[in-house]
Amino acid sequence: MTGHNFMKLSFAARSENEGFARVAVAAFVAQLDPTMEQLDEIKTVVSEAVTNAIIHGYDQQPDGIVTIEASIDGEWFSLTVSDEGSGIEDLELARQPLYTSRPELERSGMGFTIMENFMDEFEAESVPGGGTRLMMKKRIPSKKVMFN
Amino acid sequence: MSLQVELEQHRNVLVVRLKGELDHHTADVVRFKMEDAILRGRCDHVVLNLKELKFMDSSGLGVILGRYKLVKSRGGKMVVCDANASVKRLFELSGLFKILSLHESERLALASLEVVS
Repeated sequence: MTGHNFMKLSFAARSENEGFARVAVAAFVAQLDPTMEQLDEIKTVVSEAVTNAIIHGYDQQPDGIVTIEASIDGEWFSLTVSDEGSGIEDLELARQPLYTSRPELERSGMGFTIMENFMDEFEAESVPGGGTRLMMKKRIPSKKVMFN
Repeated sequence: MSLQVELEQHRNVLVVRLKGELDHHTADVVRFKMEDAILRGRCDHVVLNLKELKFMDSSGLGVILGRYKLVKSRGGKMVVCDANASVKRLFELSGLFKILSLHESERLALASLEVVS
């Protein structure tokens, strides 16, 4: 796979769309021929980012919109998940393992840790009251190179 | 995407088999069904069989941790069995294996509880 390919997807901030988002991104990234493990990692990351947007960004109000942008450039897969919700006051704190702002909802506080572990690059931007944007990259090495 | 929760009682042990995808959307079903069975049934311990769990994210960790706390507060024990590689990795990353022991099969998980029951 050479050159640049991209997709963009916007959908309602409803929990039933978490599974849809995972499958849509997995189908897009399939063209890089990832391993099952890489595909599982990407699906988990999509699930974490979209769930964060729904629960924290929009406080489970279904009229919010979650946007996913994904692109492929050579061996690199890029993923951006954004919302126009309430934003995160303290990004450093939010990224701490096991920290959650909503313990009453039984959140594990592992979302950011999982995203940072499963992707090669991770960046977060957030404006309180203006939304959150998570930008991530993962290298999917071509199997041809690996076995030569 | 959906999740099925299968419950079975073996003497004082509740066996919970999760089939499908466990995420924020399906976590409530697990929470309510397990809570109901634990509070109403005569079970002390819980075996969580994850053999047919195809997907799980951190919402799953949250709901499992919540049920662990409930079982523990009632003096019981909760063990996990048959988790696939991805699920195992999430357990390791979150440190859940420090409090929940993992067994290869449901039979071995049940056997581990007979000792404590």
